[in-house]
Amino acid sequence: MAAPSYGLIATFDTAPEIYHAAAQVRDAGYKNWDVISPCPLHGLDAAMGLKRSIVPRISLAGGITGFCTGMSLIWWTGAYDYKLTVGGKPLFSPMFAFPVSYELTILFTAFATIIGMFIVNGLPRHHHPVLKYDQIKRGLDDRFFIVIEARDPRFNLANTSALLAKLGGTGIKELEA
Amino acid sequence: MAAHADTAGHPAILDEVKPAVLPRAILVANNRSFSWITEKICGIIEGKTPVWWWWCFAVACFVASFTVAGLTYLVATGVGVWGHANPVNWAWDIVNFVFWIGIGHAGTLISAILCLLRQKWRTSINRAAEAMTIFAVVCAAIFPVFHVGRIWYAWFLFPIPNSNYIWQNFRSPLEWDVFAVSTYGTVSVLFWYIGLIPDLAVLRDRFEAAGNKLRSFLYGLFAMGWRGSNRHWSNYEMAYLILAGISTPLVLSVHTIVSFDFAVSLLPGWHTTIFPPYFVAGAIFSGFGMVLTLMLPLRAVYHLEDLITQYHIDCMCKITLATGTIVGYAYAMEFFIAWYSANPYEGFTFINRAFGPYAWAYWIMISCNVITPQFFWFKKVRNCTWFVWVLSIFVNVGMWFERFVIIVTSLARDFLPSSWGYYSPSIVEIFTFFGTFGVFSVLFLLFIRFLPIMPMAELKAVTPQADVHGGHGDPASGQETH
Repeated sequence: MAAPSYGLIATFDTAPEIYHAAAQVRDAGYKNWDVISPCPLHGLDAAMGLKRSIVPRISLAGGITGFCTGMSLIWWTGAYDYKLTVGGKPLFSPMFAFPVSYELTILFTAFATIIGMFIVNGLPRHHHPVLKYDQIKRGLDDRFFIVIEARDPRFNLANTSALLAKLGGTGIKELEA
Repeated sequence: MAAHADTAGHPAILDEVKPAVLPRAILVANNRSFSWITEKICGIIEGKTPVWWWWCFAVACFVASFTVAGLTYLVATGVGVWGHANPVNWAWDIVNFVFWIGIGHAGTLISAILCLLRQKWRTSINRAAEAMTIFAVVCAAIFPVFHVGRIWYAWFLFPIPNSNYIWQNFRSPLEWDVFAVSTYGTVSVLFWYIGLIPDLAVLRDRFEAAGNKLRSFLYGLFAMGWRGSNRHWSNYEMAYLILAGISTPLVLSVHTIVSFDFAVSLLPGWHTTIFPPYFVAGAIFSGFGMVLTLMLPLRAVYHLEDLITQYHIDCMCKITLATGTIVGYAYAMEFFIAWYSANPYEGFTFINRAFGPYAWAYWIMISCNVITPQFFWFKKVRNCTWFVWVLSIFVNVGMWFERFVIIVTSLARDFLPSSWGYYSPSIVEIFTFFGTFGVFSVLFLLFIRFLPIMPMAELKAVTPQADVHGGHGDPASGQETH
């Protein structure tokens, strides 16, 4: 362990254990840490002290862009670039422009949501210290992990390790950076 | 199961009124563990390709070749090889388009609307239903794209600058349809993909452990480096919820706009305000029919009885019953309005549907769509899997005939008897449509062979083990610990 490590990882067997352990790590004042779980656990966000996701704001921006794109596309093509009267109807009306704008609102929202989710999550990232851990496969199967990063100001190999052990974590191990 | 009498910290009134204990439905039977779910779902992909799969795949490819042959002949010769001619200028192409797009709608309904309504039973069937949506949209898209005639000009449908300097007519519902269907296809793929990410990560790790570098790389590429971080899950869950939230108005709007193709015209039998809700109900009805048709054999073949329980089948049957009854009501209401409007053309159209030259199609439609689902009132019927499957086939057949009746009978006899006609499909149309079942089956077989047919992460999340309170959740709600 000559090289500086990424942090410590500890294994937990059940959802209630990880839930209580996460709450205590949060209360111990750690900031740069994470829980690895095979499925989203209801209530774990609060136990970790996570704020509400900012993805909805990105989605909203996408939706507004989509709606404006639809309206301006139809106005520009039909009432500005090439004026063509069809069936005596107006060159532009928000009424007939609505269905297409509505669909584009949804389309742009969907892309903004997914791309926003990836950006906020820092994905794609195919190489990560956590993924090097030989037992990490279980974290997508049936085990839960707590990872506390070494860059956390409160991180101290001995104390943090003791905390994880006290919370019921097993197989506590340093992760290579 | 989660409800119990721990009233500490709750209003005293609860002791007096004794709220009913609503047992939570068991969504994964036999209290299966997380790793059992992983093994079960991944095992399907990792195991040796079963012999039946190769047989089905061969047959599906053979059937799909009919579409390829039909379309090749069509493009090489011209749309004249299809049977439609004045006055029926929309025929099998649009019937098949609406039929397939309707089938897709149940997938979105299951993944989006049931997600918003917190119907957790959706988790067992949503992945396959979403796959069904995408493949149905693929089959649907074939028809409008090819019925434009000169397929190499199909890009004229989209507002792409071209040498004519002319733009699309955005006043037309047909142009709205272009945007509705292409948005629907795209958002369905995105929704399906976001659901797949955690499961692809599981497969990446398992194939890596098994030493299969290529497949591990391919699954890993699309898994985007997912590592199960709860900070990621938090954003992921939010993104999933938003996609569900926008897919709900999307699915309703798509079939509404499809119905505008008809309702905005002046043709008797098409020009009705009931079309949007009636089309949406019909789409969900046919989609659930198709979900049952696909999932019941899968359940039997892969022994998924613990994941698709009788409760799931009951739920699907009941939705089929409800939407089938709405469709039946819409048929009756169309007749009533035709009479009540006192419009002789409208009245004639409906009498003609039931007793005219296409009466055979009309009565097939009524018996399949209105009578068939009524069997689902009976628990005995819902418990009899093979019978449910047979009924689901009738639903599919009935909904194809519904579109045929709406489109063809209205066009064949409109205002002037001098311009009446009778439409029969040509062999090319029959080939093309028959083949789409093969196209659909090929895609679906590839899906069940290479991708997890059920969302493992979501299944795990509805098991009791995922309850962070260890099954001693909030007693106030009495049923949900979430």
